[in-house]
Amino acid sequence: MKIAISSHDGKKDTEFSTRFGRCDFFVFVDSETGVWETKPNPAKSASGGAGPQAVQFLAENGVEATITGRYGPNAYTTLEAAGIRAFAAKEGTPEVLLEKFLAEELEEVDSATGKEMHH
Amino acid sequence: MIIAIASGKGGTGKTTIATALAQTLSEREENISFLDCDVEAPNAHIFLKPDFTEKKDVEMLIPEVDDDLCTGCGRCAEVCQFHAIVVLGGKTLVFPEMCHGCGSCTLVCPEDAITEVPQVLGALKGGLTPEGINFAHGLLNVGEPMAVPVITKLKNWDERISAEVVIVDSPPGASCPVVESLRGSDFIILVTEPTPFGLHDLGQAYQLTKEINVPAGVIINRDGVGDKKVGAYCEENDIPVLMRIPLEREIGEAIAQGKSLLEVRPKYKKEFLNLYTEIQELAGEAR
Repeated sequence: MKIAISSHDGKKDTEFSTRFGRCDFFVFVDSETGVWETKPNPAKSASGGAGPQAVQFLAENGVEATITGRYGPNAYTTLEAAGIRAFAAKEGTPEVLLEKFLAEELEEVDSATGKEMHH
Repeated sequence: MIIAIASGKGGTGKTTIATALAQTLSEREENISFLDCDVEAPNAHIFLKPDFTEKKDVEMLIPEVDDDLCTGCGRCAEVCQFHAIVVLGGKTLVFPEMCHGCGSCTLVCPEDAITEVPQVLGALKGGLTPEGINFAHGLLNVGEPMAVPVITKLKNWDERISAEVVIVDSPPGASCPVVESLRGSDFIILVTEPTPFGLHDLGQAYQLTKEINVPAGVIINRDGVGDKKVGAYCEENDIPVLMRIPLEREIGEAIAQGKSLLEVRPKYKKEFLNLYTEIQELAGEAR
């Protein structure tokens, strides 16, 4: 399963970013092969609708689950439509978060956890 | 003659100046209207006390997708400049709060699966003030992010915009709602305070007046506080300083009680008459 983790600098061993739609990078990891990959978030500087655009980017990259701090309502609605599972965490590096994900220790969210964000 | 009052920084005294100018001119002009375009927080009515007799809802057309007709081709999402539509896994999602109501999605949909449904964003209210000023303001509903459609409708409501003198009270800032408010004016009064914040935002607002090519002048409110950099900036950039209103506690107290500047300081009436003459000259020169 391909997982996307929001990140400040695209590295797997530094603290992840709790922001979703406007994080700087997404770190991708394939939970079967353990292969890591990093891509800048194209929605980072969107004038509006960063959440849904970030989800669209993840969907295009074949992501099936995402880990971030919190999800706004628009991001959550779009994740649901895309069939991407949403997990929330408070802290950790992508490597640690992957371990927690595999150990099923991460909270899976079933509604938006952040308030609506406007530009 | 359309005179707009803008500021950059909020709370510098736009409405104080706009209402005082309107009240002064109402004594010599028969046909004067006042448009409060600060639709997120209109407050000129507190000072001008119009008797509101007209009300009209402002609507915007929002796309609604018929899932039975939609093939998920994604053309609507591609054409949307504001990312209000996302197509994922063959399903089309609409985010109405991001929609600008342009209608492009409806036009490009090859399946005619999109219909536009009106959504109420706010309202316009109008009426005459005791001085006979034809007053109107717009009011954006709480939670609605899109002020511009309300301002556009307000400026095109009835014949107010074609009155002999139109006073436009703009929102603060230098973003889309301000541009929409100032567009089409003959002259812009920039109200500022002589502080670093006032200067910074005045700079942005002045750039905007140059961009839309409307002559502008500055009124320094609460003169005497802060520093002298606003005056120096105006001199450097050849911007006329039209008036200076010193900081007076009594003025602040009166305004906090809903009294207009002229009620507490009637002596300013003469200065506002001179201001109008100067504006007519400056706007005429620019033409």
